[in-house]
Amino acid sequence: MNTTLSTMPEYLTRYFENNNLIGPVYLKEIRKKAIGRFEELGLPTTKHEEWKYTNLLPLSKSEFHPALYNTLDKHEVSKDMIAGKDVFLLVFENGKLNSELSSYENLPKGVTVGDLSENLEHPAVIANLTKHASFENEALVALNTAHILDGAFIYVEANVECSKPIHLLYITGGEENVLVFPRNILVAEKNSSVNIIESYHSRNEQSAFVNSVSEIVLDQHAKVEWTKVQMENQNTFHIDYTETKQHNDSIIDIHTITFGGKLIRNNLHMVLKGQRINSNLNGLYVGGGDSHIDNHTLVDHAMPNCLSNELYKGVLDGKSKGVFNGKIFVRKDAQKTNAYQSNKNILMSDDASVNTKPQLEIFADDVKCSHGATTGQIDAEAIFYLRSRGIGLEAARTFLTIAFAEDVLNRISNDILRDELKFRIGNKLNHIY
Amino acid sequence: MLSIKSLSARVEDKQILNGINLKINKGEVHAIMGPNGSGKSTLASVLAGRENYEVTDGTVQFNGEDLLDMSPEDRARKGLFLAFQYPVEIPGVTNANFLKTALNEIRKSKGLATLDSKDFLVLMKEKMKLVEMDKAMTQRSVNEGFSGGEKKRNEVFQMAMLEPTLSVLDETDSGLDIDALRIVAHGVNSLRSSERSFIVITHYQRLLDYIVPDFVHVLYKGKIVKSGTKELALELEEKGYDWIKEEAEAANV
Repeated sequence: MNTTLSTMPEYLTRYFENNNLIGPVYLKEIRKKAIGRFEELGLPTTKHEEWKYTNLLPLSKSEFHPALYNTLDKHEVSKDMIAGKDVFLLVFENGKLNSELSSYENLPKGVTVGDLSENLEHPAVIANLTKHASFENEALVALNTAHILDGAFIYVEANVECSKPIHLLYITGGEENVLVFPRNILVAEKNSSVNIIESYHSRNEQSAFVNSVSEIVLDQHAKVEWTKVQMENQNTFHIDYTETKQHNDSIIDIHTITFGGKLIRNNLHMVLKGQRINSNLNGLYVGGGDSHIDNHTLVDHAMPNCLSNELYKGVLDGKSKGVFNGKIFVRKDAQKTNAYQSNKNILMSDDASVNTKPQLEIFADDVKCSHGATTGQIDAEAIFYLRSRGIGLEAARTFLTIAFAEDVLNRISNDILRDELKFRIGNKLNHIY
Repeated sequence: MLSIKSLSARVEDKQILNGINLKINKGEVHAIMGPNGSGKSTLASVLAGRENYEVTDGTVQFNGEDLLDMSPEDRARKGLFLAFQYPVEIPGVTNANFLKTALNEIRKSKGLATLDSKDFLVLMKEKMKLVEMDKAMTQRSVNEGFSGGEKKRNEVFQMAMLEPTLSVLDETDSGLDIDALRIVAHGVNSLRSSERSFIVITHYQRLLDYIVPDFVHVLYKGKIVKSGTKELALELEEKGYDWIKEEAEAANV
């Protein structure tokens, strides 16, 4: 058992070697270091404190292959355009940009959007790629870094506001189990503003392993909204690692919406490297069947006068499992920090479960921090109240669950995306009953 | 309209109602009074179909149908309404959305077309005036952060919207100041008609100054021990409940 977990499977070694023929020298060096580090670390086991509740054994036992691409058609993409048509659209088919299905012409002046593989020598890429998401202690960041090639590169110059949302639409699925390594990077320069949607979809019911990493950098006064949406099938493994780095007076809203999947692990690591920063992180996970959905967040307050606000909610049915681990660091210099965290879960069945762990580590003395976690069922008295007004039992349960979940979705600013997600979450919850 | 015969009920192991008989005709307002713990709220809960209340004996006919056999939602769809003593807060659901869903569920069950947003808004505006409710309240989450008075007003507002034929008001006057009481009573009175009946449950006579009942019943130890007209309420106000208790105990001996 341990050999599978600690060594690089042969099929991956072959893939690594082919992949590392492509790209600039600096990147080849990084990839080599990363693969070495991955081999040293191995996939984490449940003995690892951060992986106590998420067992990767089923992942390590499956075999995945890089897939063919360019077989998707427009029709298949349109149903996944959850933020509507009025977006700059990048479609990634099994991890690779499909330029025929993408459309991001007429970008505003000062906005660069494109395939990471074609921008590997862009100064902003050289300056930032792998500089934020460290693979030193993260095996799955190392694994992704060892395979960096495809993904989205977004660069917004100072004082530029990107007029339309940018939708990174990942569709995965082939005849065999597909393996993809999306790598996204956003650099938002001073006083710029941009809205990104990063969504993941399955093309069929085949299993897949999505090992994604995003690096998001905000210079002073930059404003970014980033919505991650995971709508993959019940057989998909998705391990994401997202690192944000913010400088003075910047604002970020990150929403992580998960509809299911076999095993989902989201690591969100936010570093507040300046003053008067605002960081909002919201999450909603809706699990059914045997889904395992794990959100690990870390908000790292390094400097004074910042605000972070975190709200994660879960609805778990069937035999699904939820894991929430929310760390907040308030370092010694981070006086006048306001940091709030809340995790609320509803269990819809006796077999569903959740492990929730808030973790505050505060080294400054003049701060306002709060955290809370609740897990329970829908309030029986509220159900009776609705029924006493003529609303049926099932409808009352759905109504209350949707209300619980919508609280998170209401924080998404894009109307089309928000309404579409409400609609789909509503459908999913209706389906649960 | 409503016919309760020898109704007995318990919660867990505690027997609370001990053979209630009550007949309510169309258009009548019945007040049910009684000391604390006499079973007033239990009666309201049993009528509305709250879980955990077990009917051990008796029948309740509502317009000729077996009420006790119906789910809470079916009771509401057939015209029963309970104004809660402690209305529930429901975060994330706006009052307007909640009421629109409820109203349309009731309409659907009657084979009526559902109301679209525009017609609903017109109706809502009209009924809001009845209880002097301001528009912001309809956009707030149901009862969330409402004061005691606002919650009770919201109950009467819902009643006005759903237009039930039988309304049970469970201590709607508790926690109300005199102005709120007047507003609530005005809302109820404006709904009175020859087709609608009310059961007004209260501990105090005060509410009955504003909602004048046709009959007053006194509940004690889960039984109606005395019935009369509104003069009975005044007598209770003056003399308290002790003489009723004594009479009841004497009758039992």
